[in-house]
Amino acid sequence: MTTLRVKIWRGNENEEGEFQTFDVPARENQTILDVVTEVQRVQEPGLSYRFACRVGVCGSCAMTVNGKPRWTCRTHINAVAKDGEITIEPLRNMPVIKDLTCDMTEFFQKWQKAGGKFDGTITRKDPVATLPPSDLKRQKADAGIECINCAVCYSACDTVNWDSDYLGPAALNRAWTLVNDERAANRQEVLDKAIGDSGCSSCHSQGNCTAACPVGLSPSQSIHGLKRMSLLSFLGKGI
Amino acid sequence: MDRKLYILQRLTALVLLPLIIGHLIVILYAIKGGLTSAEILGRTQGSLWWGLFYGLFVVSVAVHAPIGLRNILKEWTPLNNQTSSVVSFLFGLLLLILGSKALVGVIF
Repeated sequence: MTTLRVKIWRGNENEEGEFQTFDVPARENQTILDVVTEVQRVQEPGLSYRFACRVGVCGSCAMTVNGKPRWTCRTHINAVAKDGEITIEPLRNMPVIKDLTCDMTEFFQKWQKAGGKFDGTITRKDPVATLPPSDLKRQKADAGIECINCAVCYSACDTVNWDSDYLGPAALNRAWTLVNDERAANRQEVLDKAIGDSGCSSCHSQGNCTAACPVGLSPSQSIHGLKRMSLLSFLGKGI
Repeated sequence: MDRKLYILQRLTALVLLPLIIGHLIVILYAIKGGLTSAEILGRTQGSLWWGLFYGLFVVSVAVHAPIGLRNILKEWTPLNNQTSSVVSFLFGLLLLILGSKALVGVIF
C-alpha cells in the first residue's frame, strides 16, 4: 500500500456538508493527526481541525475515526485503516463549527452544571492536607481523576445523543471524584447537582464511555457510584 | 424530579421481583388440572392474602411502568419533558384503573 484514501467531512455550522476524498502517501509511522495535518498543509489549506500537544496530553484532537471517537494523535493508521481507507468526521453530540472542529461550550457548561468546580476547605496558609493512599474514598476519587476533558466519552454516549440535557459521562465522572474528595467543601452540593435532573439517573449503563475512554477510565463505574450514593442518601445515609 | 422517579422505579422493581416470581409459580400451578374460572375464583374470592398480593402488584406496576415509559418518550420521540410526563402519568392511571378493576373482579 503506497497511498491512503482519506474521506474527510467538510461542513459548516448548519450541519450542511459532504465528505471530500484525499489521497495521501502512506508512511511507515503515521497517526490520524499526521494525515489530517498533511492534508491541510499540502492539499487543502481551508481544512479546519483542532490540536495542540500532538502526544496525548491535551485532549484537543479527538475526532470520529471510522465511526468511533478517538484521540487522533494516539491512533496509528495501521490500527484503523480498512483496505487503505479511513473516514474522519467531527465528534458526535456537539455542534460543528467547521469541518472537524466542534463547539465544546455546552460540554464544558455541563461540567459546571454537574458541580465540577472544586471548592476547598483550607487556604494556602494552612498546612497541606494529608491524603493517605490507602483511604477507600481517595482510591475511588483517584480512579477517575486522570480525565483531561477530551469529550471522547461524551461523543460515544448514546444517552447524550437521545437526551441533549443529559450531563454526560465526563461531567458525572468529575462530580464522582469531587464527592469522594475529602478536601472538597461542597461535596453535598456536588452530589445534589450530579443526581438532579438529567444527572446520573438518566444513564442507561451501556458503557460506551468506558469502552471509548483513551485513558482507560470508567465513567460508567463513577456514574454507578453516584446512583448508589443517590439511593443511600435518599434512605438517610450521608456522604 | 428525575432522582425521585429513579429511586421510586428501583424500589418498586424490588417489590415487583418476588411478586412476579410468585405470580409465575401460581400460573404453572393453576393450569395443572385445566384452567377454569371457577377454580381461579375459588382460590381468590374473599382471600385477604391474594387481595394484598395483587393489590401491591397493581400499585407497583402502576408506579414502575410509567417511569420507564417517560424515559422512552423523552429519548425516542419528539415529545418534550412535560408532554412525556403527562402521557406517562395518564398511562399509569390507566394501569391503576384496569388493575384495580381486575382485582375487584377476582377478590370480591
